[in-house]
Amino acid sequence: MTTTEIDNNTGLVTQEYKINMGPQHPAAHGVLRLVLTLNGEIIEKVEPDLGYIHRGIEKMTERDTYKQIVHLTDRLDYLSSHINNEAVCLAVENALEIEVSDRVKVIRTIIGELTRLASHQLWWGVMGMDIGALTTFMYAFRDRELINDIMEETCGTRLTMNYNKPGGLMFDIHPNFQKRVKEFIKQFKVSLPEYNTLLSGNVIFKKRLQGIGYMSKEDAIAYGVSGPSARGSNISCDVRKIHPYSAYDKVDFKEILIEGGDSYDRYMVRMFEMEESMKIIEQLIDNIPEGDFETKTSAILKLPKGEYYQKVESARGEFGVFIVSDGKKSPYRMKFRSPGFANLSILDKISRGHKIADLVAIMSSLDFVIPDIDR
Amino acid sequence: MTNTELQTLMSSWMDGLEFADEGVQHLTITVGKENLRNLMLKLRDGEGAFDYMFSLTAVDWGKERGMVYHLESTKHRHIIVVHVTTDDEVLDSIHDIYPTAILNEREAFDLMGITFNGHPDLRRLFLQDDWVGHPLRKDYVDEANMIVR
Amino acid sequence: MYDFSKITGAIHNWLSSIMPDLGVIITEWVLIGVVFLAFFALLGLILVYAERRIAGFFQFRLGPNRVGPFGMFQTVADTVKLLLKELVGTKEADSFLYNLAPYFLIIAALMSMAVIPYGFNLVAYDVNIGLFFMMAVSSIGVIGILLAGWSSNNKYSMIGAIRSSAIIISYELSLGLSSVLAMVLLAGTLNMNEIVMSQQAGWWLFRGHIPAIIAFIVFIITGTAETNRVPFDLTEAESELGAGFHAEYSGIKFAFFFLAEFVNMFIISAIAVTVFLGGWLPIHIPFWDGFNGIMDYIPGPIWFMIKTSIVIFILMWFRWTFPRLRIDQVLTLEWKYLLPISLVNLILMAFVVMMGWVF
Repeated sequence: MTTTEIDNNTGLVTQEYKINMGPQHPAAHGVLRLVLTLNGEIIEKVEPDLGYIHRGIEKMTERDTYKQIVHLTDRLDYLSSHINNEAVCLAVENALEIEVSDRVKVIRTIIGELTRLASHQLWWGVMGMDIGALTTFMYAFRDRELINDIMEETCGTRLTMNYNKPGGLMFDIHPNFQKRVKEFIKQFKVSLPEYNTLLSGNVIFKKRLQGIGYMSKEDAIAYGVSGPSARGSNISCDVRKIHPYSAYDKVDFKEILIEGGDSYDRYMVRMFEMEESMKIIEQLIDNIPEGDFETKTSAILKLPKGEYYQKVESARGEFGVFIVSDGKKSPYRMKFRSPGFANLSILDKISRGHKIADLVAIMSSLDFVIPDIDR
Repeated sequence: MTNTELQTLMSSWMDGLEFADEGVQHLTITVGKENLRNLMLKLRDGEGAFDYMFSLTAVDWGKERGMVYHLESTKHRHIIVVHVTTDDEVLDSIHDIYPTAILNEREAFDLMGITFNGHPDLRRLFLQDDWVGHPLRKDYVDEANMIVR
Repeated sequence: MYDFSKITGAIHNWLSSIMPDLGVIITEWVLIGVVFLAFFALLGLILVYAERRIAGFFQFRLGPNRVGPFGMFQTVADTVKLLLKELVGTKEADSFLYNLAPYFLIIAALMSMAVIPYGFNLVAYDVNIGLFFMMAVSSIGVIGILLAGWSSNNKYSMIGAIRSSAIIISYELSLGLSSVLAMVLLAGTLNMNEIVMSQQAGWWLFRGHIPAIIAFIVFIITGTAETNRVPFDLTEAESELGAGFHAEYSGIKFAFFFLAEFVNMFIISAIAVTVFLGGWLPIHIPFWDGFNGIMDYIPGPIWFMIKTSIVIFILMWFRWTFPRLRIDQVLTLEWKYLLPISLVNLILMAFVVMMGWVF
């Protein structure tokens, strides 16, 4: 449809209906602005307009030391902050060939999985809210609170943990850590089936998601979609399996792959992934090896000249850190490959022809965190 | 495929490729900007099956600026890095080969000031339309907003 | 059962003795108006409080619990806040229609309340087409929603308003034409009071066989849609349209929409109680004469309120459990399922009545 059409017989004017979704919109989960071109309720085009929370983190890294940069990455995808920290630490450790003890690896893995669980819980609650089931939010926050308490006790913070540093961890785990994690796992094994009863099996919920936002395997790869969103289209892309880091090569877990490619499949991938995360934690929690929680490093790290890339699996997909070093204390150029940015690029393609309500569902099923997109 | 095999394969496609696999994490190819689209097409459709472009980074190398593409094959799981530089700040867009480049090239245009030929919608992505300069360049100066150490 | 016409009659006689007929009529109008407005406001307060407590119950939290005992004065405090708030409107709005819209909803709700029998002869406007009147009047509300959405000059409001009119106009068919009409066939009257009286031998829900149960289920579904509540709250659709048709309203004007939504829920429950659940009649269990005798001592209005509260609780239960439907699914549900079902049900009911198969 062109911008304006005038009917020759009646003289009635038909105009494109453009609405702004965001930057302040309940379904945008932050400050994402989408310019929608509508035909009635049917979406003809989605144009993302980014930058409402752009802080220039990549530019900031160019003046900071590597140890300082770790703390900036919390503010990218704040729901998988630990995993982001880990990516930078791993990149620096690999570049400098710093050996970290097994204890560090295992603790990093456990906390990474707890972060993933917390992130998926929040996503689940918000997904329900977006579809209109308000109670899910409270269910999710009830359980997420337990994880946050564990984090608070061990890491000192609830959301942006800053528990990692190049060479190990900030400090050792709290004596209660294992006990409380086990308590949480026990509790969450009861709650997760509740989640499924409340939402996953609901007829309305299924009708709202099935067949909506179909993403073919080829498209998903071409647009660089990763993480649970891509695994809903049957793409094996779990970095934990393909390029294992920390202790993921020691644990036994399944990579969830579902063939459908619609929003409901992406939803189910995350639901199953929570079970897998619990499995990983259960395997490791009783077997935390003894050892140092850190390898002593000098205050200012200087990476040898060269390029380094480290990818990890964050809760949203593949998070990558690309460092170009010129041998100084700060990186010459640092790029964060954020999963949300790539996942956003396919939004226009998969939501065309659907309705506004579907767009909300699709956005939820792709699980955006806006600071992660804007950086 | 191993790096050596990939190197042989790519050398057979075109001349003017520079390879580096010693002392780097992944096999790194440097390509002239006139051959970029050609190489990308071959990488995607050729035997290497590099169908997944997971990172596009614009880098200011000082004298010239360029892009660093990270590609992975979802089939063979090997990774390569493609370097391309330009001295006149113009590159060919690869958005039709790898659609993920649509947003990423806009980002590179916004923050690094590289213009991509053939990009359908080359506007600023993060910054306001009337922003002056491209912040990720090394010579960018902004006394109000930047703290320089 | 206590005949409330004794009280109203006494007031009428006393008024007639001290003033001319015209004065009596005007005084009675004012009295009824004041009583209903007070009831209306009180109902709003109680329902909002109940909704929040029930939401708390479903979400394992407490709900309001600080202001007054059990947080009972929370809604009062909220009302005061809403009354004192600045009225923020848009400059581009069509100000006449924009200001008019909330009154449409409020008046529609108030007028429908007039024909509800709260007890024996306790009804403001006892008209022989009571149910029909109610259906007709409650449909005026949609004009208010449409006006609000249109005149706000806001694209989101506009979408909300159009969704709302699409839903209400289609669901009106199942609600009025079919499910209620089926019960009218059974009761043989449109007068609300008489419908209640006809259920003295037992509630229509149980005496009307399967058609009555189908009609009740259809009624509850369409009633939820009529009041724009979850799973049919597409007009507001928090996560899609922000607040939908009332996005541009604030302060007391917003409160009007809010109040009307809750009172509409009460009205739908009241119709359900009157038509299906025996209105203000006490619960009677056959052959339990002692029990029935005790039940008779509880006054009619209390029975009415208890039954209405139960239906309201069910509607609130929906709200805090179900996700929201999409607009095409809502319309599909009505035109492809509910309407055919209830039309067939109507024929079935006519057959049942014709054969005299009523208990």
